[in-house]
Amino acid sequence: MIETSDKPRIEFTPERLERAKEILTHYPEGRQKSALLPLLHLLQEQEGWTPTEGMDYIAEFLGIQPIEVYEVATFYTMYHLEPVGKHVIEYCRTGPCMIMGGEEVYAHLKQKIGAQDGETSADQLFTIKPVECLAACGWGPCFQIREKYYTHLTIEKVDEIIDELRK
Amino acid sequence: MTTERPKILTDKTHIPGIETFDVYRKNGGYSAVEKALKTMTPDEVVEEVKKSGVRGRGGAGFPMGMKWSFLAKPEGVPRYLVCNGDESEPGTFKDHWLMKTIPHLLIEGMIVSSYALGANTSYIYVRGELMYVVRILEKAIAEAKAAGFLGKNILGSGYDLELYVQPGGGAYICGEETALLESLEGKRGNPRNKPPFPAVKGLYQCPTVVNNVESIATTSWIVNNGGDAYAAIGIGRSTGTKLISASGHLKKPGVYEIPLGLPVQEFIYSDEWCGGIRDGHHLKAVVAGGSSVPILPAAMLLKTANGEDRLMSYESLSDGGFATGTMMGSGGFIAMDETACVVKNTWNFSRFYHHESCGQCSPCREGTGWMEKVLHRIEHGHGSMHDIDLLVDVAKKIEGNTICPLGDAAAWPVASAIRHFRDEFEWHITHPQEATRPGAIFKGHMELV
Repeated sequence: MIETSDKPRIEFTPERLERAKEILTHYPEGRQKSALLPLLHLLQEQEGWTPTEGMDYIAEFLGIQPIEVYEVATFYTMYHLEPVGKHVIEYCRTGPCMIMGGEEVYAHLKQKIGAQDGETSADQLFTIKPVECLAACGWGPCFQIREKYYTHLTIEKVDEIIDELRK
Repeated sequence: MTTERPKILTDKTHIPGIETFDVYRKNGGYSAVEKALKTMTPDEVVEEVKKSGVRGRGGAGFPMGMKWSFLAKPEGVPRYLVCNGDESEPGTFKDHWLMKTIPHLLIEGMIVSSYALGANTSYIYVRGELMYVVRILEKAIAEAKAAGFLGKNILGSGYDLELYVQPGGGAYICGEETALLESLEGKRGNPRNKPPFPAVKGLYQCPTVVNNVESIATTSWIVNNGGDAYAAIGIGRSTGTKLISASGHLKKPGVYEIPLGLPVQEFIYSDEWCGGIRDGHHLKAVVAGGSSVPILPAAMLLKTANGEDRLMSYESLSDGGFATGTMMGSGGFIAMDETACVVKNTWNFSRFYHHESCGQCSPCREGTGWMEKVLHRIEHGHGSMHDIDLLVDVAKKIEGNTICPLGDAAAWPVASAIRHFRDEFEWHITHPQEATRPGAIFKGHMELV
């Protein structure tokens, strides 16, 4: 849900500001709105999720209306519009992974973490998000955490991955 | 016995370090850029691609050279080449594999293709989930630029090209080329009405060509070896090789480069390729070209209605139309043994299309949701016989009634599953307790192979 707020302003860190400025050079004069998706990724990389204050900052940065940012952020599935845990597990639920035992592995994962679809674990360490096909069908079942793909998942492998991340 | 297979995209992928510029270059990489920019005119490159007969590898199968020849060339207006790396069709992961394994092959193809089309700025749009691949490509682009293969006056030819990678935000629909262009302009991925086609008004309302990763990656080989040599591989109008993403209950799932025209039987069962169905199981059904194409029972996939061996080619896979055939699509080959439930898989795919519908056209926005709900209740033992006809009816009303092909893509899997596996749907309705038991296997009169 998006609502305006009086929360403190969000800005890119100096290092990300440099990257944002570099991204703007990819597009012709007057077409800076093209940078919107990459900048939203940059914001989420910095904040862990996509807060409204950050979207307002991006609107200002690109010289567009805040609504132009909100309508895009809500269309695409990768931008987390609510706070999330430290690790967001995006689990593929689509056919090719499912027929390879994806559902059993997913049920185990949810039980191990103690959270259901879209929820965050009590220790704020994990958020589970079922997602559609991740283009890794021959290596399924699979999930991704940030930029890393975890493939050929089994119940044992999930235990290892989660235990490692809990350390 | 293994015959020598033509390798156009995968001849170097086994070489350690091939993702780096130096190793790629030492192994003959970027020779197509040298040849094209120093010895060929842009039109000559287009001509070779036309002669090759290579067809769009994203799924539509439209001849690439012909698509290029539609590009409008008004004076003083920039033209763009956009590579479609949004690969999101369930069952398809070949572009993902190709980009991460040998990024320079795509970059080399982008340079010769951009030169052919007269584009000075080109983009590779990669689905946002593959951010690690975006980083691999960006690193490779920086290497190519440092070596003088990108930027101003490439190899002293006077040709300038800047190449950028653009991440998506997570949306299947952005694989549709006009939705991709909207997304690249920083908007929601709503497909545009056509005409005008992107070749006339594409990115920023300028003439634009959008091609799939695999399609663009073939162009280096075509420049080096000639369009005729490419056309000599394959069968009939299915020229060259194709990357197949093999998944499901196979002994050896993975990405394979096959010469088009390979018998389906050989692709599934030969140790050279998938090695057959996993031990102790039998092939029940295959979705041969990504989730959108009609599902076929094993026997119907292996032989055409005329009793001939079915081949991995555009024509043979579609032989018999939708009554007995399917489509090559993206080459996402999903094999299912007897443990797979066709009703459940169809429901799963329907949920996918409902989730991914952009919502612009009501037949798709509403219809995909209805199909998902009806399939859900059949799968969970609450369906009625009327529901099966209802599904067929809804699928018919979506098909052909939407701006983009997502509507068709959502309708075909449902219609084909009922066409070929109606008894399995009926079993869920007449024997709900049996059918919804965990691990239930339909033992009707389906012919396993």
